Amino acid sequence: MLEKSKKKINLTVSTILIILLLFGLYLMELFLSPSNMIFIVLQKGVIYALVAVSMNLLNGFTGLFSLGQAGFMLIGAYTYAIFTIPNEARTAVYQYFGGGLIKFNLPVTISIILAGVMAAVFAFLIGLPVLRLKSDYLAIATLGFAEIIRAIFQWNALGPITNGSNLLRKFPSLDSTGFSKWIQKITCDIFGKTGNVTGATIYAFIASGICIAIIVLLINSTYGRAFKAIRDDEIAAEAMGINLAKHKQIAFCISSFFAGISGALLAMYQTTIQASAFKSAMTYEILLVVVIGGIGSITGSCISSFLFIAASEWWLRFLDAEKYVGGVKVPFLRSGFRKVVFSIIIMAIVLFYRQGIMGTRELTPAGVWNWFKKTFIKSAPKKSKEA
Amino acid sequence: MSNILEIKNLVVSYGGIEAVKGISIDVPEGEIVTLIGANGAGKSTTLKTIAGIVKPKTASIIYKGHEILGKSPDAIVSSGITLVPEGRRVFANLTVKENLRVGAYLRKDSLDKDFEFVFELFPRLKEREWQLAGTLSGGEQQMLAVGRALMSRPNLIMMDEPSLGLAPLVVKSIFDIIKTINSQGITVLLVEQNANMALQVANTAYVLETGTVSMTGIGRELLSDERIKEAYLGKTRK
Repeated sequence: MLEKSKKKINLTVSTILIILLLFGLYLMELFLSPSNMIFIVLQKGVIYALVAVSMNLLNGFTGLFSLGQAGFMLIGAYTYAIFTIPNEARTAVYQYFGGGLIKFNLPVTISIILAGVMAAVFAFLIGLPVLRLKSDYLAIATLGFAEIIRAIFQWNALGPITNGSNLLRKFPSLDSTGFSKWIQKITCDIFGKTGNVTGATIYAFIASGICIAIIVLLINSTYGRAFKAIRDDEIAAEAMGINLAKHKQIAFCISSFFAGISGALLAMYQTTIQASAFKSAMTYEILLVVVIGGIGSITGSCISSFLFIAASEWWLRFLDAEKYVGGVKVPFLRSGFRKVVFSIIIMAIVLFYRQGIMGTRELTPAGVWNWFKKTFIKSAPKKSKEA
Repeated sequence: MSNILEIKNLVVSYGGIEAVKGISIDVPEGEIVTLIGANGAGKSTTLKTIAGIVKPKTASIIYKGHEILGKSPDAIVSSGITLVPEGRRVFANLTVKENLRVGAYLRKDSLDKDFEFVFELFPRLKEREWQLAGTLSGGEQQMLAVGRALMSRPNLIMMDEPSLGLAPLVVKSIFDIIKTINSQGITVLLVEQNANMALQVANTAYVLETGTVSMTGIGRELLSDERIKEAYLGKTRK
């Protein structure tokens, strides 16, 4: 009984927090300038959070060390873009390939889901041979796969579909979806003008949030328990009747599905995409987010992805600009120095903070409240003792 | 009594080397059968083959009158055979209760009665229900491994060296539990290096030597056999 009421409280608190968060985002869009850095951090951060969580599902919860995430994001991004470019824009986009092969387009929501499905289909086919491999070998194979995918999408012969090595553009972005028209209309009704509201950040948060919630539900289900059992001990898991090949395949496909969706969201965020951007360096960035957040912690991955994006896009930007103090040039500050500092920070984290920010723990409202009570309300423990 | 499991002419080879060279074993229903023998005699391999984890070269494995050779491990578990793997192999980062739930992975019905049964058998596990399995002591982990296997409601439970690396007192309690499990009507196939203890509880015993059955008999009779004493029970040559 007590457990049930606790669950109910947890659910209510979480719902209230989510509504507050979305409302906060709305107020930010309403009052802050759209060019504010915070929007870049929030939008890109939440997209990275989704792909980091999807990678964590594989690396942290199933124990499959896969490095193919960028490849699946690429598939997702391209699928989304190819199916949503408006027909009238196709001649301009596919200017070298006679307007392209595909002459129809699909609604945004369906395209996003299709992006995930395509990534999952590729994952299924790749998984058949590759998932027999263990640890490092699996990592090498999936990394190779991601590179091959990138090369194939740049291949000129596929130009009528993928536009070769040229950009794909003019597809609906985060702030040109039906959702933003809807939120602008509401704002107009209330305030009489739309202001800066685009709904882009809210849209990214809702889309990623739903996906992350599905992954969390999966991890807490019987399937999730089987994944963790496989991670802890494959032989024992097999002896308990868990079909290793099947469950690894499921985890791989689901992880890739959500990587594909995050690829679609990334395409929306960037407004243009090009296969050459989905390098292995991108997978390493995601891996870093997972490691910094804590392998096996969903909330850790979310927190660290925002920190990572904030640091790389915003807080460490000043290191890239040359600076003169009293006519003397400050040493080291030049284009590219940011990456050096960044690498040093990462090395420090890996050396001294091996568990990452969260380890395998999760951040819950109840946990935060308990911590808050312990540190700030010092009289509270005494009272509970008396009771 | 009829045989719940009949193995005929089992041959298993690892990369060209034959680990098991054509052994035949009968497991009567409701009994405790033990396989004893030195390292490399092929005891563990035999169990793994029955569980479907290792594929044999040739064999016939009849369980309840049906051939189970070539079936997948999950099909074998759901038909009622469970393996307690060697070296405990609990899921270290799952709680005790989650470990037990994984044990019942293939079952879709209510687990309340089975939790009750396992916690009655191992009150220590009840106390540590929410603890991570990796933080348990060796004996407790072995109890968990046995409890986890019981969660699938097996007809035949196979235990691979349950006394390995445990203190003598704990070993004794593990063997008591094996007897208790057997008295519930579950057939036990036990692999042991601790021949003394194994022969005391077993109805039937098979002695394996480098991949072949060298001796068969009733557990207690083998216990007083001179050759067994010499080879496994530490009796010195006169």
